[in-house]
Amino acid sequence: MLPAYTVEMVKAGNMPALRACRETSALVTDTSPMPRTIIPFGPQHPVLPEPVHLDLVVEDEKVLEARPSIGFIHRGLEKLVEKKDYVEFVYIAERICGICSFIHGQTYCQAIETIMNIAVPPRALYLRTVWGELSRIHSHLLWLGLMADAVGFESLFMHSWRVRERVLNIIEATTGGRVIFGSCKIGGVRRDIAADAIKQLLVDLKKIEQDTRDITNVFLNDSSVKDRLCGVGVLSRQDAYDLGCVGPVLRASGVAQDMRQLGYAAFKDLDFAPITRTEGDSYARCAVRCQELFQSMEIIRQALAKIPEGEIAVKVTGNPNGEVLARTEQPRGEVAYCLKANGSKNLQRFRVRTPTFANLPAMLKMLPGCDLADVPVLVLTIDPCISCTER
Amino acid sequence: MAYFQMSKLALKWVLAKPATSRYPFEPRRALPGSRGTLVFSKDTCVYCTVCAKKCPTGALVVNRAHKKRTIDRLLCITCGYCVEACPKKSLSLGTPHATPAVTKDRESY
Repeated sequence: MLPAYTVEMVKAGNMPALRACRETSALVTDTSPMPRTIIPFGPQHPVLPEPVHLDLVVEDEKVLEARPSIGFIHRGLEKLVEKKDYVEFVYIAERICGICSFIHGQTYCQAIETIMNIAVPPRALYLRTVWGELSRIHSHLLWLGLMADAVGFESLFMHSWRVRERVLNIIEATTGGRVIFGSCKIGGVRRDIAADAIKQLLVDLKKIEQDTRDITNVFLNDSSVKDRLCGVGVLSRQDAYDLGCVGPVLRASGVAQDMRQLGYAAFKDLDFAPITRTEGDSYARCAVRCQELFQSMEIIRQALAKIPEGEIAVKVTGNPNGEVLARTEQPRGEVAYCLKANGSKNLQRFRVRTPTFANLPAMLKMLPGCDLADVPVLVLTIDPCISCTER
Repeated sequence: MAYFQMSKLALKWVLAKPATSRYPFEPRRALPGSRGTLVFSKDTCVYCTVCAKKCPTGALVVNRAHKKRTIDRLLCITCGYCVEACPKKSLSLGTPHATPAVTKDRESY
């Protein structure tokens, strides 16, 4: 019979002796816990699409503390505002994030339009709404795929991204780009969607809805997915509110806050209500995103049914002068843009507060006490977009 | 019950045609309306350099003296700002995307 391993063997790192031992820890005679260890997680990790580093202080398999460090991909985009004129800066604002690119561009345009008192044509506002919601659908499908990958469900990951590809095709056909739409400009939009293209879009959307339903049924009902998500990383309503969470993380904890309720673009004319859950765990965050997919499809249908005819852009002259705060709802949550202009063609100051930045404190609240194996799932449930955060 | 939902999905796709294409053996067909490469037309250009001044990345350079326009395809972000700015409409965006390149050459028109 093989001997049991001892703490001394582990401390000394005596691998030949450890390999000769039984693997079952239940038979270990010494029951004292493993000494505290720091496990580095990231910045390169299979589950992380973007770099964030966490030092996980673990005792046995339990995480006691997580110490984050970010700053691996700071690009200095806020400083670029002094070099590029305010019209060109739309392209840079769109490139702050590779996934919620359109809504970044839209928020920037809205901010400039507010300073300069530009009345955007209603058709442009409706088109912005449609593209913004398409961007939300593709972002949530991407997240569902990454979540399936994090829980080890590779085939579900492939199916999520297969459906996402069809959404990207709609986006490419209507805007010209796949993830960098490039269709928003100050004073309106660059492209129009023709009547026959709208009909085709609605037909495609119906098929996508059916495919999405097949996938979300698995996410919400499959026992192996539920085992990894239910009761993991519970964030209470009070904690979510106090830590300043935004987006699906906040709504999954029961706070019905959605920046689309401010009524920007065409949302003031559309009928929708924020989707909330009360559990506050990883499953609730997944369920909120699944339901938001269908909500976005419904918003697109409403917007395309009501879309008015007319101009899609107005001519913009002069330079902005003033200070403004613009807020919109991105797939990951609320984004806030603060702009300061002094009447020249370059802005004086530009500041972005991205949704991931607001959700990082909640992630650090969820991690202590969880199992080491749940760390990738918990990091993913806030849908981290580190490129946005570091700008 | 949910177990069978995933099985149903998996079985459907075992029997269906693949959702992916066999790139690079099958070339990718660009969708109509896709922003691909910048196309130059020579006959209408007056070499006013507006496109080069507007280009956000500096990919376009216009030499009025030699009547030559050059573009670095790897710098171009196909935003279409030059197309909008061109007073003579001698620039347009084609649907095919730029081909892979191994050197940073500037194309002349």
